[in-house]
Amino acid sequence: MYAFNYHRPASVAEAASVLAGNPEAKILAGGHTLLPTMKLRLAQPKALVDLTRVAELRGIERKGSSLVIGATTTHAEVSTSSVVREAIAGLTEVAGHIGDPAVRNRGTIGGSIANNDPAADYPAAVLALDATIVTNKREIKADDFFKGLFTTALGDGEIITRIVFPVPGKFAYVKFANPASRYALVGVAVAQTGGGARVAVTGAGNDGVFRHTAMEAALAKGWSADAVKGIATDPAKMNSDIHAAADYRAHLVGVMAARAVAKAG
Amino acid sequence: MTATGIGAPVKRREDQRFITGNGRYTDDINRPGQTYAVFVRSPHAHAKIKRIDTAAAKAMPGCVAVLTGKELAADKVGGLICGWLILNKDGTPMKAGAHPALALDTVRYVGDHVAVVIGDTLAEARDAAEKVVVDYDVLPAVTDLATAQNAGQPQIHPEAPNNTVYNWHLGDKAAVDAAFSAARHVTRINLVNNRLVPNAIEPRAAIGEYDAGQDQLTLYTTSQNPHVARLVLSAFIGLAPEHKLRVIAPDVGGGFGSKIFIYAEETVCLWAARKVKRPVKWTCERTEAFLCDAHGRDHLTTAELAMDASGKILALRAKTKANLGGYLSTFASSVPTYLYAPLLSGQYNIPAIYCEVDGVYTTTAPVDAYRGAGRPEATFVVERLVEVAAREMGKDPAEFRRQNFITSFPHATPVIMTYDAGNYAACLDKALEMIDYKGLASRKADSARKGMKRGLGFSAYIEACGIAPSQAVGSLGAGVGLWESAEVRVNPTGSIEVLTGSHSHGQGHETTFAQLVSQKLGVPIETVSIVHGDTDKVQFGMGTYGSRSGAVGMSAIFNAIDKVIVKAKKVAGFVLEVPEDSIDFKDGIFSSTATNKTLTFPEVALQAYIAHKFTGAQLEPGLKEGAFYDPTNFTFPSGVHICEVEIDPATGTTRIDRWVAVDDFGNLINPMIVEGQVHGGIAQGVGQALLEGAVYDKSGQLLTASYMDYCMPRASDLPSYKVAMTSTPCPSNPLGIKGCGEAGAIAAPAAVMNAVTDALGHEEIDMPATPQAVWRAAQKAPKRMAAE
Repeated sequence: MYAFNYHRPASVAEAASVLAGNPEAKILAGGHTLLPTMKLRLAQPKALVDLTRVAELRGIERKGSSLVIGATTTHAEVSTSSVVREAIAGLTEVAGHIGDPAVRNRGTIGGSIANNDPAADYPAAVLALDATIVTNKREIKADDFFKGLFTTALGDGEIITRIVFPVPGKFAYVKFANPASRYALVGVAVAQTGGGARVAVTGAGNDGVFRHTAMEAALAKGWSADAVKGIATDPAKMNSDIHAAADYRAHLVGVMAARAVAKAG
Repeated sequence: MTATGIGAPVKRREDQRFITGNGRYTDDINRPGQTYAVFVRSPHAHAKIKRIDTAAAKAMPGCVAVLTGKELAADKVGGLICGWLILNKDGTPMKAGAHPALALDTVRYVGDHVAVVIGDTLAEARDAAEKVVVDYDVLPAVTDLATAQNAGQPQIHPEAPNNTVYNWHLGDKAAVDAAFSAARHVTRINLVNNRLVPNAIEPRAAIGEYDAGQDQLTLYTTSQNPHVARLVLSAFIGLAPEHKLRVIAPDVGGGFGSKIFIYAEETVCLWAARKVKRPVKWTCERTEAFLCDAHGRDHLTTAELAMDASGKILALRAKTKANLGGYLSTFASSVPTYLYAPLLSGQYNIPAIYCEVDGVYTTTAPVDAYRGAGRPEATFVVERLVEVAAREMGKDPAEFRRQNFITSFPHATPVIMTYDAGNYAACLDKALEMIDYKGLASRKADSARKGMKRGLGFSAYIEACGIAPSQAVGSLGAGVGLWESAEVRVNPTGSIEVLTGSHSHGQGHETTFAQLVSQKLGVPIETVSIVHGDTDKVQFGMGTYGSRSGAVGMSAIFNAIDKVIVKAKKVAGFVLEVPEDSIDFKDGIFSSTATNKTLTFPEVALQAYIAHKFTGAQLEPGLKEGAFYDPTNFTFPSGVHICEVEIDPATGTTRIDRWVAVDDFGNLINPMIVEGQVHGGIAQGVGQALLEGAVYDKSGQLLTASYMDYCMPRASDLPSYKVAMTSTPCPSNPLGIKGCGEAGAIAAPAAVMNAVTDALGHEEIDMPATPQAVWRAAQKAPKRMAAE
């Protein structure tokens, strides 16, 4: 790790101001991607702006037909929250199966989606649930937020403050974990939302999380595991590595989608 | 059996300090004025070094020194050695290239050592290391074992044409060929024994220190065998005379073989300490460990088994290519030869065996002993062959094994070994009962109804442990003898220090060795200390590997204690004023038929030291004895493991549903520790079979250099094991013990793969049977109906 300056603002406004004054600063939340990268000397930010002490960024709240989760709420907090369980039970399982207990006690929902790792779990849930990402500058629909591998719609100095999930009719997420890393080799989130059936896939796509529109159309006609079973996934759009070639990932998308639909009920 | 004696499940005495954070590992040690070493490593698998520019690095703040192979050569520091000379088929010696601790002009794997940067702090050493400029002329890599010996492949060492270190063989080829010609059925299989990375929880570390006043070098290091390290660093690498070099291996957090070897890093730290006149410390990072710790396994084998019409095995033939990596590590040459082929008889009466092994250089990390070392590879060959042969001949795999078991002992195999004791059917019978073999068919039907595939696999393994009679291994090319030493020092108050040449790095010697003392001297275990891991304290020792510390190390202690008892009886005779030969010693009490007086062991110890009851002419004062124990044979632990899996063909996931292990380790010192060793060994074997595999790409980059990509087994990957023991005491050592440290890792891979292939209905899958591999294999039609 190279030397860097460390800032720990107490408010979003203060954080934004520090970021504005330090163009090469990076936002630090749980740090599970950033810190290992810095330790390997692959990243060398001049400054870190630690958001974990910004109280307004943390917390879980039910607001009418929405579930609102603060950006620095940890995976452990989401996975054990009775508010989340009552609103979107499947979301506690998403959070509860990220990494291991140490990861879940530090990792945050905002950090996960801001990083948009193509094998992360949360992006699939956020996309399938048609959530809205609220920043210190604007509101961004999930459909407009994820822009490919490790890329999002966030601009310079823009800070995610909370994620607003419309409470769905049905929701489930099933992942096939990479045996080594336990990241999603293929993760499929399915939801029955006000806007119809939504299917989002993480881990598999060669351009990051994506919506499986063919499966959504099939589910719109009839919500059942059998409905998605025959729907093919194009291997050409799949990631390929030593753990899983594209054809295997494409196959697993179908298997995981059917299991997710069955699980959602 | 007493509560702390032989056979008692005494809780590990060392665990208190480990689990409370009071262990003292090499990295916990800091010496005054200490500097930090960072190695500049090759990013290329194969390249010529054109130029190394150290000027910018030397100018960095806190940089103490930048040293390269040139300085090492100028100081006449010898290269790293391989301590076992293998002869080719034609009798000529193996062809090994030089192995400098810092590369001279060529690098031969990613991570090869190019320079060392020494800094006042670790951060400064790292910063300076980034400024070392190395100009490489990149050469093509050789990473494919199957084709590495082909004409036209890049040559890795000029000394070894066609990248072939040796072409070795064992057995009677003519007899085997004749048996195959006469066979009714021949089973032939191709096997991949995947490359593994050892992954001890504590990475390697070293501190070199030079005392100019005494002209004395000290090395603190993560070693399984500090005396052998001192011998090699002194006699071969030439860093200091043996009496001017102290090697300390303090608490060591796991080895699995990877800490037997004498590596570049500790050699360089020791050399550099004298050069910079300050202690030099290096602690390996996990990625460095993946790149540079000696890897394990990595064989390609074609094996054949010949049977007569009744299913009786007539002969076995195997041809193996063994990947040795870019250089020969310390014992690399012996692992795929003498630690492998002599085990190819397994538990079976096989009249003729012939095995041919090519040792092959590739531009990958060196490969050497890893838990089991050759014996897992042999067991995988034998047990896969036997299983497939039974399937092909339509025989029950358990009964096919039983038909061919060796049943009388001693039994001389056609490949060197003479098995001294065993009862293979006893293990098999117990294992069959424990797994409910009769219920397998209905369990398979239940799984099939759920759309799952269930399979069961056996592994009836044998291993040769307690390595080894020195004369025997010497005749096979070993550079050292493989005895062990012990010294038992009784203090005047009766407390006891046992100095042993064995080294504990997870095995629990501080408990088991003390149990032996407690039993034999009838003293409380709390009064016994086990001292190991320091060449200034223990006179000499061969260290711990190959499940030898019980059978060999404890036998040395056993003999030393016997000498203590002989001397103590003399002392007691003088004190009790009775003839020495009338003295009886039992449960810590000296008594005599000639008197009703008795003495306790501490009372006799005190009398030995105050020496008031005898003259110097009659008896030497003091109570301290030593013994060197050289075994008369290997020991032959054996057992039967049965694995039952359920495969989800939709995803390729293999779930181990049942595991039964019935092992014959002879007499047990501490059954709790033995069971722990079995558990850990199975976990490593399951890791090899289902999860682990070091993968290099064509350019020689290690793709599995972190836990993101290299899959270590976790608790959730493993079942709850059912473990049981049978016992045929080993006749070759005074304690009747055989060794248990490697059995699980030796037995498990074949058991898993036999189960997976049973479930799939065909043999076309290699280790590791990852979900992707199993899914692909499940697409292929079964060749046979599952044996139900």
